[in-house]
Amino acid sequence: MSQPDFSHDGIRTARGTAFRYLFMLCALLSILTTVAIILTLLLDAVDFFAQVSLVDFLTGTRWSPTNEPIAFGVLPLISGTLVITIGSAMVALPIGLLTAIYLSEYASDRQRAYLKPALEVLAGVPTVVYGYFALVYVTPAIDAILPVDLSTFNALSASIMVGIMIIPMVSSISEDAMSAVPDSLRQASYGLGATKFTVSTSVVVPAALSGIFSSFILALSRAIGETMIVAIAAGQTPRMIDLTDPAGMFLDSIQPMTSAMVQIGTGDIVGQGPAYKSLFAVGLTLFVITFVMNLISELVASRYREVYR
Amino acid sequence: MTNEQMTPSETEPTDDQTTPTPGTDGLADTADSGWETTTDRTLLEARDLSVYYGEEQALSDVDIEIPEKQVTAVIGPSGCGKSTFLRCINRMNDLVDSARVEGELRFDGKNVYDDDVDPVALRRKIGMVFQSPNPFPKSIRDNVAYGLKVQGKKDNVDEKVHTALERAALLDEVEDQLDSSGLDLSGGQQQRLCIARAIAPDPDVILMDEPASALDPIATSKIEDLIEDLAEEYTVVIVTHNMQQAARISDKTAVFLTGGELVEFDDTDKIFENPEHDRVEDYITGKFG
Repeated sequence: MSQPDFSHDGIRTARGTAFRYLFMLCALLSILTTVAIILTLLLDAVDFFAQVSLVDFLTGTRWSPTNEPIAFGVLPLISGTLVITIGSAMVALPIGLLTAIYLSEYASDRQRAYLKPALEVLAGVPTVVYGYFALVYVTPAIDAILPVDLSTFNALSASIMVGIMIIPMVSSISEDAMSAVPDSLRQASYGLGATKFTVSTSVVVPAALSGIFSSFILALSRAIGETMIVAIAAGQTPRMIDLTDPAGMFLDSIQPMTSAMVQIGTGDIVGQGPAYKSLFAVGLTLFVITFVMNLISELVASRYREVYR
Repeated sequence: MTNEQMTPSETEPTDDQTTPTPGTDGLADTADSGWETTTDRTLLEARDLSVYYGEEQALSDVDIEIPEKQVTAVIGPSGCGKSTFLRCINRMNDLVDSARVEGELRFDGKNVYDDDVDPVALRRKIGMVFQSPNPFPKSIRDNVAYGLKVQGKKDNVDEKVHTALERAALLDEVEDQLDSSGLDLSGGQQQRLCIARAIAPDPDVILMDEPASALDPIATSKIEDLIEDLAEEYTVVIVTHNMQQAARISDKTAVFLTGGELVEFDDTDKIFENPEHDRVEDYITGKFG
């Protein structure tokens, strides 16, 4: 009696190996690209810091890369980014969270089926459209309604639009987290005579807190990195936060890090001087900030997940 | 029959054996005659109660009178509607979009499906314990205090938490760790925590939906002992798929068979020793289901 043939099939083995390396190559490609970008950022930033001191860059309160007297203090740009982030957070976090609670706890399956995709359309609108919308409609509207002296380019309308843009991120990720809260917890709460509102606020939201927090951080990272809206609508005036008049920051033209980079990158700066290289220094700063925020988001999510599930 | 309010004094006792004297509460009554004696006053009464999930009928014209301060077991094969019946009592079926309830379910004479009944108010009179332990991801103390907080009973919370844990036979095991998470307890302890949570706001009725089915035999026997004690103060309705459990702990037993039909309801001894219906006997003896 002959034994069954279980021997290797050369072609099958070769094909398996080929696919394995093809998949690995694709996976490596994106990692390599990321590494290359970070490396370029770093190298050009090092070039920049050879000409401008790191301390001056990080502590300087004046940003003027082309006009005399030249100054490369990044703080006004960070101020601008901070203003936009705070403004958009004030719009997106409450609206996004309440939307998520509505979708997860109050909406019927039918309503949810229409509302969720409709909300996600918001995230699909090209940001350049938001930018011009802020400039052409929101600013004149605010000017007409509020008795304030609003500049044509201002942080207020830009941050409102950035806020609207990131609402779907907050609501969608938060809603996922709330839907994942086990139904048995809701039942326990209803069984004790809780109203829908109490069930939502005392059981569902606390149990989904890690996901909600992650959604906040991710949305804020997105707001920090948002370029087009602020480049169009927020203006190009680097300005320090005036602690005596924080609200005044919103009414005037500002300049966040991203739009400063746009200005350098698209302007007529020639050569490899510090003005041009500052692009990479600001870019690196931006990268570090959003990277740290994503790291915090990951940490929070993994740390509190076990506690609440 | 319409009763505008859910007050015992307006209730017409449907069982004519014992009528509680107005002014004396049940506690004094039973204390006089010893714990063993129970009143046979009907607290919960279903009349032609039917439930549909969409097109499917889950409960079919159920008539039943559940006595106060006794343990009533609801048994039957899977899908017979026993859990559906339990969830009719505190209107938890309202949370299921497709559920539709017909007929009446009276709590102390008041039909809980009347338009003027707020299920939230109803559920505050009725505690519920679920199939698997479902403590909140909060501290032991906050778990037990949750119902008190929700219901606005903010006086002597600590004292009530202690009493509830004591009644649920859990206090000795957790007294030193009231601030640690309820999820750190074992399954059996978690279920007793859920019982403590259900009784802390001092409801009239406790509904239990297979409360021991996820537990090991030792934890189960602790829960069973506890249920018998609870009937001294509360009306307990327990759904179980375990017939020995029903026989051990209940005073009355309701047998539901397929199609959501209540086939027989009587004293537990009678059901297990000499049931009226052949189908019930077949089920009890294991020939069916």
